[in-house]
Amino acid sequence: MRYIEFEKITETVESLCIAAAHELPDDVLAALEKAAKQESNPRAAKTLNQLIENAHIAKTESIPLCQDTGMVVVFVEQGSGVAVRPPAGRESATLFEAINAGVAAGCQKGYLRRSVVADPLNERKNTGSNTPAVIHHSIVPGNKLKISLITKGGGCENKSQFKMFNPTADRGKVIDWIVDVVKQAGADACPPFIVGVGIGGNFELSCLLSKKALLRSVDEKNGGKFYAQLETDLVNRINALGLGPQGLGGDTTALACLIETAPCHIASLPVAVNIECHSHRHKSAVI
Amino acid sequence: MSKAKKLQPPLSEADIRSVRAGDEVFITGVIYTARDMAHKRLCQAIDAGEKLPFPLQGAIIYFVGPSPARPGRIIGAAGPTTSERMDDFTPKLISHGLRAMIGKGYRADKVRGALKRHGAVHLSTVGGAGALLSKYIISAEVIAYEDLKTEAIRKLHVVDFPAIVAYDAHGNTIYK
Repeated sequence: MRYIEFEKITETVESLCIAAAHELPDDVLAALEKAAKQESNPRAAKTLNQLIENAHIAKTESIPLCQDTGMVVVFVEQGSGVAVRPPAGRESATLFEAINAGVAAGCQKGYLRRSVVADPLNERKNTGSNTPAVIHHSIVPGNKLKISLITKGGGCENKSQFKMFNPTADRGKVIDWIVDVVKQAGADACPPFIVGVGIGGNFELSCLLSKKALLRSVDEKNGGKFYAQLETDLVNRINALGLGPQGLGGDTTALACLIETAPCHIASLPVAVNIECHSHRHKSAVI
Repeated sequence: MSKAKKLQPPLSEADIRSVRAGDEVFITGVIYTARDMAHKRLCQAIDAGEKLPFPLQGAIIYFVGPSPARPGRIIGAAGPTTSERMDDFTPKLISHGLRAMIGKGYRADKVRGALKRHGAVHLSTVGGAGALLSKYIISAEVIAYEDLKTEAIRKLHVVDFPAIVAYDAHGNTIYK
């Protein structure tokens, strides 16, 4: 068994959170630059160029890309041959505690916004540390620990939706609904979007897949031919809406559509859409 | 694209009636921040007949919860949050003198009705451009509801802050 120090995990998460807030991933920036060149709508091109300028200011001056530095969603893949070594005197400290300590430290040292309340309906008191993170853990072969995180804004998360289709529904019906979800999100959720889609599994798994899909590069297609084509068709349909950047009109409503799938029950066809704004902040590290 | 116009709060009804959906505007002067919880408290204060923490007459409210300022800086990132969450509160604020709001995205019909009736506008600025937009802010000070942290009401001094008239006082909108 290989051991990783608790503190090493905390430090890694801290630096991922700070980097994510300030550095737009290269693939997203490249997609914005390509879209700005291709836009036929002058106002849309201007808006895209403002987003590109924003990314440069954020990186060079260490100002977050967006004031909503997000609720942190962490996907952690733990190799079966690796374990966490807890700090001295805290033998029961867990991997999740190490991650949350990193989120809190990143928030404080990176001057990130505290956007988490402890009680959702009753008191809604801010936790003051941007914790807890939403953590999804899985065991994989090997002796490494892979930490991928998305710092997800509230505006776009609010527009995400789930629907249970009849198993006999066809491709066209699913496309129509996904396009409608994007249309409803519209100007509210900061287009151009990255549209994460989860198809299959069950109620909660399809939602999880729609979020996990957002970890992929925006130019990476689904490995299956059918779903890769579905991604292309969805982007084309979504861009044909003409919503454009900020919903003010234009050719660029989605930078990408990323689909993940899972087997499902004979009675079910669950589909989830996770709307992600253009400020698509995610980072990963392998320890 | 229409000609750019300058707005300097406090705004008069004539200032507001002169701009149209689609116009670019540049704001210079004092504006106030408020988002969800601050809106709830402002409306509760009005209902209770209490004095508001800033004069609503002719005011501009910016829907923003900025990220913390680094030492020596004025403010952190400061872009707009989604406007529709303020829809239930906005008509009351407009009827008490609010002239303009800055946010992103759509507004409800009841807000559009209030804009037309009282002479007010809803402005849109670039969502997700918090670093860029922070550059137009030259001072920031928390003036009320400090316990709300990022959601506290701040008095901001802005210079040539860019926005677009998304809903005007004549019933028009830039959105399809």
